[in-house]
Amino acid sequence: MSIEALPPEGALRTDVPVLEVEDLSVTFARRGEQPTRAVDGVSFSVAAGETIGLVGESGCGKSVTSLAVMGLLPRRGVQVGGSVRLGGTELLGAPDRTLRRLRGSEMAMVFQDPLSSLNPTVPIGTQVTEVLVEHRDMGKKEAAAEAAELLDRVGIPDPARRLKEYPHQLSGGMRQRALIAMALACSPRLLIADEPTTALDVTIQAQILELLRELVVDTGTALVMITHDLGVVAGLCDRVHVMYAGKVIETADRYDLFARPRQPYTGGLLASVPRLDAGRGVPLTPIRGSARDAIPWAEGCAFAPRCDNAQDDCLTEVAGSTVPLEYDGPGRELRCRHPLTYPSSPVGATASGAGR
Amino acid sequence: MTAMGDVRRQRIDELAARAGQVPEGEGGVSLVRSAFRRLRRDPVAILGAVIVVVFLFVAAFAPWLAPRDPLAQTLLGQVRPGFIPGAQEGFPLGADQLGRDLLSRLVYGSRQSLLIGVVSTVLGAVVGMALGVLAGAFGGWVDTVVMRFIDIVLSIPSLLMAISISVLLGQNQYALMIAIAVTQVPVFARLLRGSMLAQRGSDYVLAAWALGVKRGRIVFGHVLPNSLSPVIVQGTLSLATAIIEAAALSFLGLGDPDIARPEWGAMLSTAQAFLSVRPALAVWPAVCIIVVALGFTLLGESLREALDPKFRR
Repeated sequence: MSIEALPPEGALRTDVPVLEVEDLSVTFARRGEQPTRAVDGVSFSVAAGETIGLVGESGCGKSVTSLAVMGLLPRRGVQVGGSVRLGGTELLGAPDRTLRRLRGSEMAMVFQDPLSSLNPTVPIGTQVTEVLVEHRDMGKKEAAAEAAELLDRVGIPDPARRLKEYPHQLSGGMRQRALIAMALACSPRLLIADEPTTALDVTIQAQILELLRELVVDTGTALVMITHDLGVVAGLCDRVHVMYAGKVIETADRYDLFARPRQPYTGGLLASVPRLDAGRGVPLTPIRGSARDAIPWAEGCAFAPRCDNAQDDCLTEVAGSTVPLEYDGPGRELRCRHPLTYPSSPVGATASGAGR
Repeated sequence: MTAMGDVRRQRIDELAARAGQVPEGEGGVSLVRSAFRRLRRDPVAILGAVIVVVFLFVAAFAPWLAPRDPLAQTLLGQVRPGFIPGAQEGFPLGADQLGRDLLSRLVYGSRQSLLIGVVSTVLGAVVGMALGVLAGAFGGWVDTVVMRFIDIVLSIPSLLMAISISVLLGQNQYALMIAIAVTQVPVFARLLRGSMLAQRGSDYVLAAWALGVKRGRIVFGHVLPNSLSPVIVQGTLSLATAIIEAAALSFLGLGDPDIARPEWGAMLSTAQAFLSVRPALAVWPAVCIIVVALGFTLLGESLREALDPKFRR
């Protein structure tokens, strides 16, 4: 395998988006089993200071996408295709050394469960300084001081004391803050947050989201929020990619998406959010079935079995192609043959693939 | 811009100064410390620890504690065919078949038994853990090779293995230790490997990878410390096994041939010829072996509970 020499360290370009993902696909293949395509032709890009959301139910491929970007998927039994570029540098197929150098320094990740993401046998301080020593060539003392400053920055009170404590001594919110501090230790250009608030209670969720928002604004970090929580999307993301069964099915501006969801799946997600103004006794309107009911994309629209708008042509190939992702007005893309329509937006009704 | 930098610098200095003020050992409660705390409140652990400490004390201070020279055949004159002198003035447990004070021999015997137990367990644990780390850290073919080797060792019954090794290495106490150590190796290797494999898939290991931490640091800084508790527990339990095994090998005549060092297993072995005459000669060393093994086992079992993360607060 020949790998092109990478530009020297620090040579990540600034004139291109921080992260460009193009036609990313991830296939899990086990000997003697049908290969499973967890991510299928996903493309998106994030610019500095921008926040995008990857939204979808459990199992739709959002976490696998993030692991593929970070190069954290196991080598064996996993095929990753397409292109992932960080500041113009191709990451897929890059040597382990290069990836390790970039991870933690140029791109970092915050995980879902803050307790299990921290090593229970070492103090918080050791884990924060570890990153600094690894990527910023700091001495132990210097790193400890910097670590305290980092904890201070993410809003952990009395950081010097906290550095000596173990994860089980911290509250859930503080653990997540510590993890964010670790991720931010080297001011990465890209931060991927994989459901960072799922394991936290609601008040803490709001604090953590606010913290992430501040950090993006202050440092110009590109943020990829992976979530199934539309509240998080509403509060934080500039642009949203809705994923279903490994494919992006709708892309839109946050406001557009909430005002006029086009994919029936997106519409269903929004409709199933409990509303305070809905009145008592009004039942929630969930999407029928579960993500397990998806059919392979090769046979048509994966969401069709659960979709209220589904018609016969959703389940068959049309012109040798299954449902493609198409332009759907400025800043919007849509993968649907029979999208939701709105009387106030005459353009949308015709520009979509509805007429095909 | 400079002002901002200055403010930040100042804050760093301030925090650094405060970091120096946090007294050492305060603030953080480590796994080991919280386990120790729980052990202190566990009556079973205390019983085990007391037994172990008492025997260690006896072994360490045997020359001062033993009432007599364990080799002096003081009561030889009283020994007749079919009679071995029992308890009497100055000989609380009586004498053995050669007229030597039984209590003194038991006291000195603790030295040899514990020494063999500890040395062979430590040796077995070190080698076993090295193999376990190798298999657990690298996986793949290294894992396969190491584990097949372990399987081969395991397929031989441990006593048979120990006997073959002590025959091979000649009859001395070091051969005995090595023989017992070899039989301990597979247990430690398997345990550590399994425990490391379980930790390798954990979230904090993934998080460490995501931060660009080096493999070596992940293995030794993250995976290994979290994999050690079953090994520590096994260590205490293995001590008990090693002592019993040492006794068994001595009993079979493969022990230390130096009669100047009394040993419980050897005492047991010689006592069987005189069982009908004075069963106490066999009973006392057996009781010692059982009680020491019990002490280590109790300690190990409570350690297992204390180190179990499910019980942590």
